[in-house]
Amino acid sequence: MELTKNKQMMLTGNKAAAWGARLAGVDYVPAFPITPQTEIVETLSQWFADGHMNGKFTNMDSEHSMFMAAGAAAATGVRVFTASSSQGILYGLEALQTIAGWRVPLVLVNVSRALATPITLEPDHNDVLSLRDTGILQLHAETCQEVLDYILMAYRIAEDPEVCLPVLVNLDGFYLSFTREPVILPDEAEVRKFLPLFKPSQPVFQASQPMARASAVFGGGNYSYFKIQHHLAAQNVLTIYKKVAQEFGERFGRFYDAVERYRLDDAEYVFVMSNSFATKGKAAVQHLRKNGIKAGLLKLSLLRPFPSEIIGEALDHRSKVAVIDQNLAPGMGGIIYPEILKAVYRREDRPEHLLSVIGGLGGRDIQEGDFISILQRLDQDPGDDPLFLFDEKDLKQFDQLRQIAGFSREARVS
Amino acid sequence: MTASILDSVEESKYKKVTDLNPQEEIAPGSALCAGCGGLEGMRLAMKVLGEDTLICNAAGCFTLISVYPFTPLKGSWLYTSMSGPVPAAQGARDALDIRMAKHGLDQKENMQVMVVAGDGATYDMGLSPTSAAIHRNLDFIYFCYDNEAYGNTGFQQSGSSPLGSYTMTSPSTLDHPAGSERSKKDLFGIWMAHNPPYLATVSPREPIDLSNKFKKAKDMKGPRLFICLSPCPTGWGFDPKETHLIAKLAVDTGIFPIKEFVNGKVIHTKRPRKRLPVEKYLERQKRFKHLFEPERRDDIIAQIQNNVDTYWEQYDE
Repeated sequence: MELTKNKQMMLTGNKAAAWGARLAGVDYVPAFPITPQTEIVETLSQWFADGHMNGKFTNMDSEHSMFMAAGAAAATGVRVFTASSSQGILYGLEALQTIAGWRVPLVLVNVSRALATPITLEPDHNDVLSLRDTGILQLHAETCQEVLDYILMAYRIAEDPEVCLPVLVNLDGFYLSFTREPVILPDEAEVRKFLPLFKPSQPVFQASQPMARASAVFGGGNYSYFKIQHHLAAQNVLTIYKKVAQEFGERFGRFYDAVERYRLDDAEYVFVMSNSFATKGKAAVQHLRKNGIKAGLLKLSLLRPFPSEIIGEALDHRSKVAVIDQNLAPGMGGIIYPEILKAVYRREDRPEHLLSVIGGLGGRDIQEGDFISILQRLDQDPGDDPLFLFDEKDLKQFDQLRQIAGFSREARVS
Repeated sequence: MTASILDSVEESKYKKVTDLNPQEEIAPGSALCAGCGGLEGMRLAMKVLGEDTLICNAAGCFTLISVYPFTPLKGSWLYTSMSGPVPAAQGARDALDIRMAKHGLDQKENMQVMVVAGDGATYDMGLSPTSAAIHRNLDFIYFCYDNEAYGNTGFQQSGSSPLGSYTMTSPSTLDHPAGSERSKKDLFGIWMAHNPPYLATVSPREPIDLSNKFKKAKDMKGPRLFICLSPCPTGWGFDPKETHLIAKLAVDTGIFPIKEFVNGKVIHTKRPRKRLPVEKYLERQKRFKHLFEPERRDDIIAQIQNNVDTYWEQYDE
């Protein structure tokens, strides 16, 4: 298909991700398949094979190998894209942590899928949040359009000389990866103006510029120097993101803040959410508003660096806030909740009630009734314990399933 | 090949030590142990390969070759992780190819991409990525410095630790007198099963043989794989000045066969005429001391000898 002007197509989140890589003029894709990411690598493989994309697609032998190849290629001066999910992220974790420290720009997509054990397919965010502390930057998408747009923005951020870091774009498996939505494909020439072909800002491997990279460092002070550099580079993104998002908005008409404030202005109740389930949250907000309840939603898009200041500001004067974590750190609770606490703690006008909610694990739906129970809990003193979105209905279904297999209800492990 | 080309290949071969490149590609003064056989092997290899080389290094002893902000190499270096150097070589190779084909990078900027890894990373954790890279026909050189244990962590057992050797995790006890109870994995055989264009074993004690093998491999394409027996004074327990003697005894006893695999055939390039008994090699190293003291373990020594004899019987003329 020739791209001469903006076109709208019905695309799955996976196809939108592949289009993002194609429009970005990616040179190199090392790949390894995993459900629900496969459609991305299959699409890119086809495009390299039939000449729509120019460069190389390499089938790797594991995610660990894939991320290593991705990092080394970026260090050798090409624009790199790759994608994974869930167990693949965990298998590649050592490589991801390593290449983040190499300070190489590249973009990877994670299609969220809950982690084993038990092994499953539908999404939650324990996979992507296992990368929370790697220094890889993270953008979380709610829609297929955001997937594509964030990939283009991600390259600008990753390749900025003040950053030089991998950027991850997250989308939910199934809810987004396999859901078709109308997506505007920006004109390729316009994309090229926003994102010119890759010109590395650091020296890259080639014969005329020999160098040693990622050498061993001894002494805590010397080690700290590099780690603090990494932190400062990630912090730079708070400013750079704003600039990139502004330019993207002016060129393509879609403006993305680090967070989205959905009907927040006079909101009394606020749901803090991210990714595709934010759409469910927005629907709940609309419904509650129709019934005279002043609800709003704060959507987290830029997760790393964490925009504390922006979040703190957005939550000023909002009296009842529920942080809905679609993840679980057993023995602690929700992973994002303490980060939101940190963002509001020092503020004079911070929320009165900050409730931790854990829901959507393994793709468990979050329905209207769940939002109502959140409101009820917010009206009381929510306390420190998280509210689990797991009710009698879930338990009944679980028991029914076990009864089919011949277990009695009494035998259930409590 | 015509006779004249064969002649010129023969002509260009190194015949004596003074034929070798006098230039050093690795400066002295790294943090590696004195008498490291692996470093000597790599030093000789780099004399042939030259500075337009990117080394992707695995976690191991050679991590200490480049400690920030120093490097003894004229060429390039990328530290990866234990099982990371081969896929890193893939990424770098692919990137150079893309830049030359798509972005007009001058051919002069091309580099030989080379993996350097110890036996732990090679025989164990890195085996799967290497198998995949050979299968993909990755154009690279693999240099395994084989000191037959996890050396950098203080000498623990690896898939390369030979029968009867003591390591920190395979001690010799009353119940387990041999220490390491299994023979080393046949890495040469494993790699050979992938049918790479070139595969060889080399020894720092055979510099002419080593240099000729790297010279041959340098101009070939695809995976070119080297196993370099790397006597390790620290782990094996001998005086650093004896590295060459130990390396020589490994060859002369037939314990370490010097060979290559090319065009579907295995050729022994340095065949010991009359093999010395294995104990000549074993008795000089602390890691085999328990085979001689407090009492001589003729059973284990005989088993080691038998393994060597069985190997060579396959190739008896």
